[in-house]
Amino acid sequence: MTTMKTVFNKTGGLTDKPTHYCPGCTHGVIHRLVGEVLEEMDILEETIGVASVGCSVLSYEYFNCDMTQAAHGRAPAVATGVKRVLPDRFVFTYQGDGDLASIGISEVIHAAARGEKITVIFVNNAIYGMTGGQMAPTTLIGQKTATTPFGRDVSIQGSPMKVCEMLSTLDGSAYIERVSAHDVQHIQKAKKAIRKAFETQKKGLGFSMIEILSTCPTNWGLDPFESLEWIKENMIPVYPLGVFKNKEGVN
Amino acid sequence: MGKVLMKGNEVIAEAAVQAGCKYFFGYPITPQSELVAYMARRLPEVGGLFLQAESEIAAINMVYGAASTGVRVMTSSSSPGFSLKQEGISYLVGSELPAVIVNIVRGGPGLGNIQPAQSDYFQVTKGGGHGDYNIPVLAPASLQEIVELTQDAFNIADKYRTPVIVMGDGMLGQMMEPVEFGIRKVPELPEKGWATTGTRGDGPPKTITSLELNAESLEQRNHSLQRKFAIIKENEVRYETYKMDDADFIMVAFGTVARITMNAINKARKDGIKVGLIRPISLWPFPERPFIESRDKVKGYISVEMSAGQMVEDVKLAVNGHAPVDFYGRTGGVVPTQEEIYEKIIMVAGGILI
Repeated sequence: MTTMKTVFNKTGGLTDKPTHYCPGCTHGVIHRLVGEVLEEMDILEETIGVASVGCSVLSYEYFNCDMTQAAHGRAPAVATGVKRVLPDRFVFTYQGDGDLASIGISEVIHAAARGEKITVIFVNNAIYGMTGGQMAPTTLIGQKTATTPFGRDVSIQGSPMKVCEMLSTLDGSAYIERVSAHDVQHIQKAKKAIRKAFETQKKGLGFSMIEILSTCPTNWGLDPFESLEWIKENMIPVYPLGVFKNKEGVN
Repeated sequence: MGKVLMKGNEVIAEAAVQAGCKYFFGYPITPQSELVAYMARRLPEVGGLFLQAESEIAAINMVYGAASTGVRVMTSSSSPGFSLKQEGISYLVGSELPAVIVNIVRGGPGLGNIQPAQSDYFQVTKGGGHGDYNIPVLAPASLQEIVELTQDAFNIADKYRTPVIVMGDGMLGQMMEPVEFGIRKVPELPEKGWATTGTRGDGPPKTITSLELNAESLEQRNHSLQRKFAIIKENEVRYETYKMDDADFIMVAFGTVARITMNAINKARKDGIKVGLIRPISLWPFPERPFIESRDKVKGYISVEMSAGQMVEDVKLAVNGHAPVDFYGRTGGVVPTQEEIYEKIIMVAGGILI
């Protein structure tokens, strides 16, 4: 007689709804990591998530907790409103690079500067996904997009924006780390970072953000495997992984 | 509590606090900054929170976040800042979140000036942001009326799950008058089972969103909003009339200008000119009834505004061709005088009606 053993389960941090993400997009992996952390910390019932505009706009249908959908870029302001009313709950935003680094850069900078006790999950795939592959502030130099058809040119479009580096200069930032979702080892590191960010919030130490390098096979014009390689070969050299801010007390 | 002498902006703030508003997110702009400063001092006293946002856009989105938890929350601004809030206001309407937004109007367009105006009338009454919507707009004419209407604004917001605008011109915000608080009892906050506060084991997760990707579903949602607007239109019309019974001519004015117009009416009455006043208190829903009841009996209407002519369009719609409608307005922050309005009445009564 053989005994069956469960080796892998769906996380209770996500709903049963199938996601709409393109094949090979790492949003699904990142959703799962956030869901697992919320479940393992047993804080799903104490959490309010704020969805952004862009590919992750429907994330409110996937996370198994209360969710509010914010206007383009405004998630950190909405999260501020929620957290200031309910300081004992966990509040996170889930934002892409167009949402956070372009239209919403002011909101995230000031939320960090105020030391808002929220966690920002910042998914950086160096392109606008939902709107069809236009340039983002994080688009790499030379990268071809719908609005940089000849490649991003520093003299015209400027340089990629390094959000972790920028926000880590602010006193209100408590924990800031950049991770990547391109292989198993890095995905495990990403999960640890997300957990640390929520623990930072739990300790009331200030603003926490995890930037996760992510794929966009559809708009990059690459297959899923090439996309993972592209993160490793092209994105990480521009967006180095690591901890950028680790305030005393984080651990 | 007896009467106290206070500035209009501070009266709005105190009335809001007494209406149970514990959260305020704002950004300073003249001529409403005293409201922001008052909240910064006052809210900690009642266990509330004041936060100065980095912009009007952030402020209205903080309001959105706070409103989504079910608390009474407010923001205030003046014209250029109010324009910036329009994005958030459209989202508040779309997500059906209650909040109170104050607009102390100044001269525009653009940076304009800091003098009193009413030229945001279109913006507040015709939607303002994107999409099909209307918002209840209350326009007090005195500081005592502010006390009542600010509290009403919160009640209307909660009752219909909608943002509500309190609109005054810069003069109303800056003037001082004796006011009395605490006359009316503040009702208990209604149940807000829709609020996202963390499920706390209290059933499945809730979502607050204005997104509806399917066109037919969004149309249904719009129909549902329109039904709500129709109910608001039915229940929340407010206006005052003055010396209407025997009037040949009816002035239409709101806010500070209504008070000046009333003085002009009294002067004209002494000269034997039978003139009355309709003062809309709710700018949306616009009070159509007093026009319908009077439009076949009078020689005409004169809309008096601190704008180049905005409310006059609603007056014309309500009169619907039954009588002539004339307009007198000053713009750019100029406040019309009693004499100017009197002269206009004399001209119109003398037969120079356009």
